[in-house]
Amino acid sequence: MELRVSSVSIARGGIPLLEGVSFVLRAGGCLVLRGANGIGKTTLLRTIAGLQPALGGDISVGGDAIAYAAHADGLKSTLTVAENLAFWAAVYGTGAVDQALARMNLSELRDRQAANLSAGQKRRLGLARLLVTGRALWVLDEPTVSLDKASVALFAGVVRDHLKAGGAALIATHIDLGLDEAEVLELEPFRAKRNARGSGAFDSAFGGDFA
Amino acid sequence: MIALFYRDMRLAVRAGGGFGLGLAFFLLIAVLVPLGVGPEGTTLAKIAPGILWVGALLSCLLSLDRIFALDYEDGSLDLLLTAPMPLEGVVAIKAFAHWTVTGLPLTLAAPVLAILLNLPAEGFFWLVVSLALGTPALSVIGAFGAALTVGLKRGGLLLSLLVLPLYVPTLIFGAEVVKRGATGAETLTPLVLLAGITAGAAAFLPFASAAAIRINLR
Amino acid sequence: MLSLARQNEKAYLNTMSLWEYANPQKFMLVSGRALPAITVVAALCLLAGLIWGFFFTPDDYKQGSTVKIIYLHVPAAMMAINAWVMMLVASLIWLVRRHHVSALAARAAGPVGLTFTLIALATGAIWGQPMWGTWWAWDPRLTSFLILTLFYLGYIALWSAIEDPDTAADLTSVLCIVGSVFALLSRYAVNFWNQGLHQGASLSLDKEENVSDVYWFPLLVCIAGFVLLFLALVLLRTRTEIRARRLSALLARERMG
Repeated sequence: MELRVSSVSIARGGIPLLEGVSFVLRAGGCLVLRGANGIGKTTLLRTIAGLQPALGGDISVGGDAIAYAAHADGLKSTLTVAENLAFWAAVYGTGAVDQALARMNLSELRDRQAANLSAGQKRRLGLARLLVTGRALWVLDEPTVSLDKASVALFAGVVRDHLKAGGAALIATHIDLGLDEAEVLELEPFRAKRNARGSGAFDSAFGGDFA
Repeated sequence: MIALFYRDMRLAVRAGGGFGLGLAFFLLIAVLVPLGVGPEGTTLAKIAPGILWVGALLSCLLSLDRIFALDYEDGSLDLLLTAPMPLEGVVAIKAFAHWTVTGLPLTLAAPVLAILLNLPAEGFFWLVVSLALGTPALSVIGAFGAALTVGLKRGGLLLSLLVLPLYVPTLIFGAEVVKRGATGAETLTPLVLLAGITAGAAAFLPFASAAAIRINLR
Repeated sequence: MLSLARQNEKAYLNTMSLWEYANPQKFMLVSGRALPAITVVAALCLLAGLIWGFFFTPDDYKQGSTVKIIYLHVPAAMMAINAWVMMLVASLIWLVRRHHVSALAARAAGPVGLTFTLIALATGAIWGQPMWGTWWAWDPRLTSFLILTLFYLGYIALWSAIEDPDTAADLTSVLCIVGSVFALLSRYAVNFWNQGLHQGASLSLDKEENVSDVYWFPLLVCIAGFVLLFLALVLLRTRTEIRARRLSALLARERMG
């Protein structure tokens, strides 16, 4: 497993956000993306997860390796905790529902409807999904939103175990997860230049001089 | 894939209204039309095939926007896109699940409503056959419309505007089968054409729907 | 100095391939020059064709002077279909080659095609009244045009419902392709549904059998006029769309800075 991102530029709504982002993430590595709101962290993660095309540059992932977790957890409120997780386990062809529930401290809640979970419990269930994917590279967008201190520590432990087992994690976050081994990539230097020309098809096509 | 079908079925059952609403709407149409047209048996018998097919079509339309919109809102659609399943398959399965909770019950309930509308006895068999063959096309075409409008906040009305013209061939051939069947005429030609539309739509439209979803989630 | 620049520009125009017209700047340059000429020729054709057709052709022995509505009806009906075909081609070009002008031209053609469809329907109704004794009959061709109207409405509504221009272009293109298949299916379905009372194709290669020359030549002029009118309207609307896109590009850049 190796994620190689070379001079990638991205845009949101036709407006270039980041240019020349490059990094390599190998098995056992953890990379934390930082940057101000709106700089393009989410867009970059969605691009790496394959949900949208990059404006330029190259992204290569070894095989079907990515498990993506977005702001929204994708939970069905009428299904129970275990049913929610069992669905994703079936989709990814793994069966480790009970271990995942235990690991995220959700075992007592397994038969409760997702509608009756607190925000933090929902988030934990969303993150438990990562454990049942069996994927090596976790791409996480603000995973700790609405988690309390104990849950953040719990989650950090889960990530650490994943790294030890040969996985990797790419995380966009504002808070300190307490993962000492994590590298930090500050996105500010990659911010697209003002009036950047020729980057977006949008701009290059309509930016010229005509009446 | 099967897990997705089970999940969608489970959601439809638990959310309530999945099975019931479309059927209730179908019943309403079968009740309201005679009230509007008058109780004369011969008139009703004449228009019954068309009314039943239009009713099935509108009942099907009612729940189309939920095929993808709910998964879009709670983020599942993003996650399904990154999951190890072809999106075309996801679309096809979800359309099939939609048919199971709308088209299939409509097909089974149609003979009862046909009694209300005084459909001639010869027509009952053809009514069920034509609905069984034609309603899957309604779900698949509807899923395409739902995929086009998945990112829109008020996509409901637009969805109807997009989908209804696409329903025209299915409606014409479907109602024609019943009309001919009720009068004892030859039904093979419209039946084959109806089946052809369903087969063609099921084979090709999931690709267009998947493309539309990918574009919408970009 | 100025003439030198003109010459350079001309040489440049001569060397570019067809696809380069798809660049907005070049498109604006070329279409800006062509538009006035096309507009004038379209107006001349329409004036000449309609006056010739309305006032200088004999009345039909069966239909009287009502037959003269074909000078509006037939060209409008032809262009109603051709506009959709043009939209289909433009959509395919956008999906394959990602030329923005192509997508915007498809968008521009939508309302024009809808208008031609409505003209065809209205003139058909006016013609049908004395001929068939009713304003509307569920004749296969009339019905097909009514369904075509619905397709146009859906296409235009989808364009206006989506904010992001590239997303809108992509989705409307997909709709246009799928819609074309279903429009064709509907045409056959409607034929099957009712073998109607319309006269058979009045314009075909064996035109001698259908329409005599007295009617035929002014009709050709009218058709040419409608084609040019369509071209002029689409060019004009595409230019407007390009300007609107440029405006929003500039505004977006302004917000970013």
